[in-house]
Amino acid sequence: MNDPAPEPIPQALAVPKAGRSLPLVWIVPAVALAIGVWLALSTWLERGPVIEIHFRTAEGLQAGKTRIKYKDVDVGHIGEISLATDLTGVVATAHLSKGAEKLLVEDTRFWVVRPRISGSTVSGLQTLLSGTYVAVDVGKSTQRRRLFVGLEQPPAFTTDVPGRQLTLRSEDIGSLDIGSPVYYRRLQVGQVAAYALEDNGKAVRVNIFINAPYDRFVSAASRFWHASGIDVALDAEGVRLKTESLVSLAIGGIAFATPLEEAEPAPITSDRVFELYRSQVAAFKSPDRIADSFALVFNQSVRGLQPGAPVDFRGIVVGEVAAIHTQYDPQSERISIPVEIRVYPERFTSRLLGGAPKSGRLGKDSLFIARLVERGMRAQLRTASLLTGQLYVAFDFFPDAPRARVDFAHSPPELPTTPSTLEDLQATLVSLANKLERVPLEQMGADFTRAMESIDALARRLDTELAPEARATLAEMRNTLSEATKTMGAASRTFNAAEKSLAPDSALFSELQDTARELARTAQSLRTLADYLERNPQALLRGKSTDGQ
Amino acid sequence: MSAAAELGVLACGMCGLLSRAPAAPAAACPRCRARLAFRRPQSIAHGWAYLIAAMALYVPANTLPIMYTSSLFGSSGDTIMSGVLFLWDSGDWSLALVVFVASIVVPLAKMIALAALLASVQLGWRSRRAERARLYRLIESIGRWSMLDIFVVALLVALVQLTALAAVRAGPAAPAFGAVVVLTMAAAQSFDPRLIWDRERPRA
Repeated sequence: MNDPAPEPIPQALAVPKAGRSLPLVWIVPAVALAIGVWLALSTWLERGPVIEIHFRTAEGLQAGKTRIKYKDVDVGHIGEISLATDLTGVVATAHLSKGAEKLLVEDTRFWVVRPRISGSTVSGLQTLLSGTYVAVDVGKSTQRRRLFVGLEQPPAFTTDVPGRQLTLRSEDIGSLDIGSPVYYRRLQVGQVAAYALEDNGKAVRVNIFINAPYDRFVSAASRFWHASGIDVALDAEGVRLKTESLVSLAIGGIAFATPLEEAEPAPITSDRVFELYRSQVAAFKSPDRIADSFALVFNQSVRGLQPGAPVDFRGIVVGEVAAIHTQYDPQSERISIPVEIRVYPERFTSRLLGGAPKSGRLGKDSLFIARLVERGMRAQLRTASLLTGQLYVAFDFFPDAPRARVDFAHSPPELPTTPSTLEDLQATLVSLANKLERVPLEQMGADFTRAMESIDALARRLDTELAPEARATLAEMRNTLSEATKTMGAASRTFNAAEKSLAPDSALFSELQDTARELARTAQSLRTLADYLERNPQALLRGKSTDGQ
Repeated sequence: MSAAAELGVLACGMCGLLSRAPAAPAAACPRCRARLAFRRPQSIAHGWAYLIAAMALYVPANTLPIMYTSSLFGSSGDTIMSGVLFLWDSGDWSLALVVFVASIVVPLAKMIALAALLASVQLGWRSRRAERARLYRLIESIGRWSMLDIFVVALLVALVQLTALAAVRAGPAAPAFGAVVVLTMAAAQSFDPRLIWDRERPRA
């Protein structure tokens, strides 16, 4: 480049100024601000209610991560987790999405869904991978609430499942657990929802839930029983084995049925508590609503009699032994054993006879019971099993029993007893033994020994003194006998000869026959002669006429 | 040293032709007819406008979730900061640092720097002109790196769409954040660095 002279700079073109007082560019921040405000506002408006849930532990919960789900729909998340002020648990602050206010009523329940394996159910497996979440079950109340206590166990059923909740009362929980099945005709129709010990600790209350439509099969007369285990019944038909299902065999369950005789099912009141029986048989035993107590005083051992032992009347179990006491009577200085029994008078009333007495209260109807005793009704201890020695109380009529009265002065009234047959037998045996004892057995034994000795001596003497003579006599006898034998032989021969001579074909016999014939003829001649002489007696003098007449 | 403006000469931004400024309020290049001005017109006003817009969107960009991930087992929304914290907690400190710097520090620093530049020019500060010029060059060069987040979100949204198993959706913060980056770049672009060197206070 050789540095040329610079070109003159041209004049720029003059153009009219763009007439914009407010530059368009200010729209940009205005729009941005509007968007920002809108986003902020919408986020703020989207914000739902914030609630606090009290859990026992924060196991599986993560602040800011753990979701809250209702019917598997995300309705919020756990924001913060902090310890409760009294350190008894944790307080999870939950941020719910907008519109979740409807979920937050008085009886809404929250629980943590984590993998659970209980007897019959495996649940929450999906949380193994996804992590735990908090599930909600919305209640039916309209009362709003912001503070909740989370459940430790997931509820067995949610509020929106149609059905009916029932309360059962059981002596113990058996093998039941939350979620244990409830069977109706061996069909699973519900499950155990909860259980709790009664306040006095004497029984367990089990809440069960029967799903619709099966809940209509429950009536006030329904009976519930433990379906766990096997029922083995030994009766006249043989051995019967009964169980609900293998599942209930393993994990337990509850079965129920309504007795057929209840024609119209009575409605269930809300506070009705059903009894949970031990077995189906127990459940269907007609309930004994009336129980009368009596005391029976036995003067014999009650070993083998236990509380719960049956009280029967001619084979029908009408009650049970309630308690066995001992009683010392300072006046008579005797210890007696009063046995308290419970009699269920309803068991006496017969269904067969329509006109059963309406009162049926044996204990109250003192006249009636007194009359029965008058007629000889007595209580007696009897042996149920000779093998085990178990006793039971039997009532029967003993018309020959000594007269006795019902002692109504006591409470409970005291009924007369009679010694048991076994006891009678024992008494007889004892008296027999006493008699035997009085027999001078030892002396008898000595006498017997002496007698035996003298017999022995006698025998020996016989042996030494009499035997030789006897032997000689025997020899003689033998000779005599042989003689006799010979004589007999001779006699036999004589008899043979006689026999021969008397035989029909023998000469003697034919001679005899001839002789007899001769004799017959002679006799005939004699008869003719006699006849002739009768008609002609003159012939004796004149002789026989020749002309005949 | 004298600037072109002080000599009354205009340089065409399109074809580079020099021309003398006319008396008229507006001028055009005699060769290519492009509009001519001594300094970018409304540079400061535009700068402020873009900057204010960026600032307004910066708040939702950082407080709202930028990405929703939903898998078989639930869905969750993550803000930029929660993502950084998650990376930090899980031990990826370097990555956490990168994301933190690119997504939070850089846009913030850029906005602060731009605000400082605009204010300094508007108030006609004379000192530290060289440093301010360097700051401006720095701002211009790093501006694009802030788009890292947006690229990541865009990629994930496009790739992770296994409908049933997992899905990623962009959250409301994503467009806001993108807008913040674009607006700061626009603000930087509209700022005329020559104003730093002008002897007198600009007229507009």
